[in-house]
Amino acid sequence: MKSTPYLLSLPALLLFGAIVIIPLVMTVLLSFHDWGQYKGIEPVFTLKNWREVFTDSYFLEMFWRTFRIAFFVTLFAALLGAPEAYILNRMKSPWRGLFLLVILGPLLISVVARTLGWALLFGGNSGLINKALVSMGVISAPLPFMFTETGVIVALTHVLMPYMVLAVWAALQRLDPQVENAAVALGASPFTVVRRIVLPQVMPGILSGAIIVFALAASAFATPAIIGGRRLKVASTLAYDEFLNTLNWPLGAAVAVLLLVALVAIVVGASRLVERRYAQVFG
Amino acid sequence: MSFLSLEGLSKRFGTHTAVDGLTLSVEKGEFVSLLGPSGCGKTTTLQMIAGFVEPSGGAIRLEGRDLLAVKPAKRGLGIVFQSYALFPHMTVVENVAFGLEMQGVAAAERTRRVGETLELVGLGAFTGRYPRQMSGGQQQRVALARALVIRPQILLLDEPLSNLDAKLREEMQIELRQIQRTVGTTTILVTHDQAEAMALSDRVVVMNHGRAEQIGPPHEAYERPATPFVANFLGRTNLVNGTTVRPEKIWFATSGLAGKVRTRIFQGNHWLYQVETAGGLVTVIRQNTGEAMPGEGEAVHLAWAAT
Repeated sequence: MKSTPYLLSLPALLLFGAIVIIPLVMTVLLSFHDWGQYKGIEPVFTLKNWREVFTDSYFLEMFWRTFRIAFFVTLFAALLGAPEAYILNRMKSPWRGLFLLVILGPLLISVVARTLGWALLFGGNSGLINKALVSMGVISAPLPFMFTETGVIVALTHVLMPYMVLAVWAALQRLDPQVENAAVALGASPFTVVRRIVLPQVMPGILSGAIIVFALAASAFATPAIIGGRRLKVASTLAYDEFLNTLNWPLGAAVAVLLLVALVAIVVGASRLVERRYAQVFG
Repeated sequence: MSFLSLEGLSKRFGTHTAVDGLTLSVEKGEFVSLLGPSGCGKTTTLQMIAGFVEPSGGAIRLEGRDLLAVKPAKRGLGIVFQSYALFPHMTVVENVAFGLEMQGVAAAERTRRVGETLELVGLGAFTGRYPRQMSGGQQQRVALARALVIRPQILLLDEPLSNLDAKLREEMQIELRQIQRTVGTTTILVTHDQAEAMALSDRVVVMNHGRAEQIGPPHEAYERPATPFVANFLGRTNLVNGTTVRPEKIWFATSGLAGKVRTRIFQGNHWLYQVETAGGLVTVIRQNTGEAMPGEGEAVHLAWAAT
């Protein structure tokens, strides 16, 4: 029967449609509805919200900030995570397992708890590290951390780094260790081996890790909400505020839909690029 | 003074002795095979020469210099790995040019030598391909070219043909021998395949439990094995009435050791017999000359030349 595969996948498709497609379509429709302080949501077709999102410089600035944060988080996660994965991969048996646990362990703890940890260390005058540094005379005023982009980037990098380490580690495991020996035998220094032989081979791993980290950083909610707060809004915290504080659901929907579309475009574009670049080499 | 010498070379891993006091002298231009079953220490020996494994004892000298004092990257040896270990993200030309680049050879000279070496291994037309796009045999040639292009003092081959199918392996054996003769590089081959070792080498080192059981030309080791292990490893043997006889040295005669054919297997160019005799089961190999041969169950007499 030709239709059997379709029938068999029907339950899953129905579930997918019910919990993903329908709410998504409803959110898109919602973004075209009208809203007023006293009249609430009106189911009419209007481009008002979209016009506001695209013309008000507040939203432009906020989207720039979202993607700027995501970009730097991705960059730092790659700069720290890739060497970390390489070192991890070279460790001997008992240590490797232990340090893998150290790196992946934070995934087991709530993002909120981890972010609050950063807030406790750096938050204002009472933050532990700030207090220590000030009392030692290293700095005269507490380091600005809360409600700054730097703070959000630092905390998000910490939260998302395990994904980068895992992606690069998976790529490293596929390497033939003899390839490094071959390069050494041909006269390559340890640094040259890493730069010319190891790095190019794990580049697809770094790039796929980067795509994951970027997508998670751009749509992250808890960390920017705690560190950035109301003063430093990103797309997800703004959409949240529109939904739950202003109660302007249609505008929140427009922001959410735009974030989704932009993210999908960036992620799909990036993975296409990566695939085309490496199809020939790594098949 | 010999070109390369291993002097009482040993390697212990914990309580396990992988190589146990191996002494070997290799002349310039010689092709020597380290032959033995897996775990006999042949690969460890090769890795100690290459510098990837540090010996527990003994010395390695190249033209009298202490090779162990030289870092692996400075030894200037050409190595062909069992997995080929090509750089997957580089084209054939980039792979072969890598060693020259590391030596700081100028671009023009590099291009010339890479071209020459690729011609030598018969890959002149494949320059822009990536390893993934090539067959096992072609990858093998790239690996050989990459090792030879730096004009190594010694070429080390670690089971280079074991990943190829039987027919290709035979072709590559002939080609490898020709290439080695052409460039005249001193070569050390590690293999568990006695046919390969005998086909390629000037001398074989038959190894067992980390020791050399016999070192000598293949023909000599085959005809006059020093130990029962060597005799068995280099081919089939029969132990008849206390003497060791190779199956192909026994023929059917009108008189001699009486027996009965238990099985007869046709293998194209030869017949393989199992003959029951008073002295036990005897294996006989007779060349297929097209003549009629005794069938299963027939009574026969076996004869062989006294040694």
